[in-house]
Amino acid sequence: MSQMGPDATFREGLERGEIRLQKCRSCGQSVFFPRVACPNCHGIDLDWQQVSGKGEVYTTTTVRRKPERGGDYNVCMVELAEGARMMSRVTGFAPDLVAIGMAVTLFVGDIDDTAAVLCKPAEV
Amino acid sequence: MTHELRGKSAIAGLGHAGFGEAHGQTAYEIMAEASLTALADAGLGLGDVDGLFCTMMEDSMPVLMAAEYLGIQPGVMEGTMFGGSSFVDYLGKATMALNAGLCDVALICYGSNQRTAAGRLVTASRVPPYEGLYQPRYPVSAYAMAAARHMYEYGTTREQLADVAVAARAWARHNPEAFERGELTREDVLNARMISDPLGVRDCCLVTDGGGALVLVRGERAGDFPNAPVHVLGVGAGSTHRQISQMPDFTTTGARESGKRAFEMAGVGPGDIDVVELYDAFTINTILFLEDLGFCAKGDGGAFVADGRIAPGGALPVNTNGGGLSCVHPGMYGIFTIIEAARQIRGDAPGMQLDGVELALAHGNGGVLSSQVTAILGAASTV
Ligand SMILES: [Zn+2]
Repeated sequence: MSQMGPDATFREGLERGEIRLQKCRSCGQSVFFPRVACPNCHGIDLDWQQVSGKGEVYTTTTVRRKPERGGDYNVCMVELAEGARMMSRVTGFAPDLVAIGMAVTLFVGDIDDTAAVLCKPAEV
Repeated sequence: MTHELRGKSAIAGLGHAGFGEAHGQTAYEIMAEASLTALADAGLGLGDVDGLFCTMMEDSMPVLMAAEYLGIQPGVMEGTMFGGSSFVDYLGKATMALNAGLCDVALICYGSNQRTAAGRLVTASRVPPYEGLYQPRYPVSAYAMAAARHMYEYGTTREQLADVAVAARAWARHNPEAFERGELTREDVLNARMISDPLGVRDCCLVTDGGGALVLVRGERAGDFPNAPVHVLGVGAGSTHRQISQMPDFTTTGARESGKRAFEMAGVGPGDIDVVELYDAFTINTILFLEDLGFCAKGDGGAFVADGRIAPGGALPVNTNGGGLSCVHPGMYGIFTIIEAARQIRGDAPGMQLDGVELALAHGNGGVLSSQVTAILGAASTV
């Protein structure tokens, strides 16, 4: 039996290319960021669930950066189909064209060699 | 039924120091200068202070550093740190301590040399663990995402955001203490360099040096000091998150709760307020807080601030010193909302002094729209 806490369990998933998301058995709410008690009902019975990878952009910003430093990039809040919300980035797409309400697919990629949950526009 | 803390404390003295650029001064020196000014304003000295309420951008135990610097050993010390709103919150905590007889003279103080120390400024904050990887620019990207959502849900426009900055500048142009006093048009704001869309550099607060201080005493003693007293009628706090990604609804802040609590304690409502001082770290703040505090309906904030409504001569005076956008913003602006509100009530505002101000609202914001604290201040006639 592992002694890993919710944070380490989530990060281990990322290293393996999995997006691990908690779900509260008491109230059914998806929970992100990972923690030891449900922020909605305060129950402690949290399970890990498979995520569909489907999501929608809740809000977005283009962070301006000089071209010689890598250029502009996107930072957004993505709402997972399962209900939780997290910060992410839409990649492979012009940052200023990322729009609220846009359907995205979540995947595990990396930023500066660290595993991260990223998004790409969903295939229509 | 009247709340038991309503009017139980009053601001007997206020002061500031180091506005703009305080070359060669440390943050604690600026804090101390502001404190000495506030105490002199109240006809008191450091030896009278037995309650100290302070936090700073640097150090993990700033209230101890401040007490040590000032050479005092107060029996009541309070250094809760939840951002710029902490100072508005200290009004409530100081009122409790004074009312309970735990202290007789409470000093609330702050100082920062954020502008002239740029490059070697140390912040005690760590990067939020589930956000840092994505490199949002803190804190502007958080506010930008709130603005984007407000625009999406309610049709708020960049022009309306710009009008907040234009109104703040129009007030600042009357205030010799304000850091930015040049003319600013809507086009200037719209054409300014973008930082994190939809916010450009003129949608963002200043980075200045500066410090402020307040001296609080029990309400029953309020008449014993040289200046007209400013009574603390109500204080309320609310918090919704720390990291922006945990904000439940990006268009509604904890100001809805903090405002409700402060108004309830004071026994007044938004329609009674003569002047409003809001923590305008970014242009979207003013819109969100006017809505959440009940000055207009949710979603109507953009239209509400347009066309000079909150500017000099408008229906509702907001941020009459020029705010954090144009007057002063040394890392945390919260204490300056109280200072300007109190000066408007006393009748000695440095810029445009409004006529007959009896009730003022001061509202502090902390973190990334995370913590909100509202205070209602009143002239002697309101107690
Ligand atoms: Zn639950």
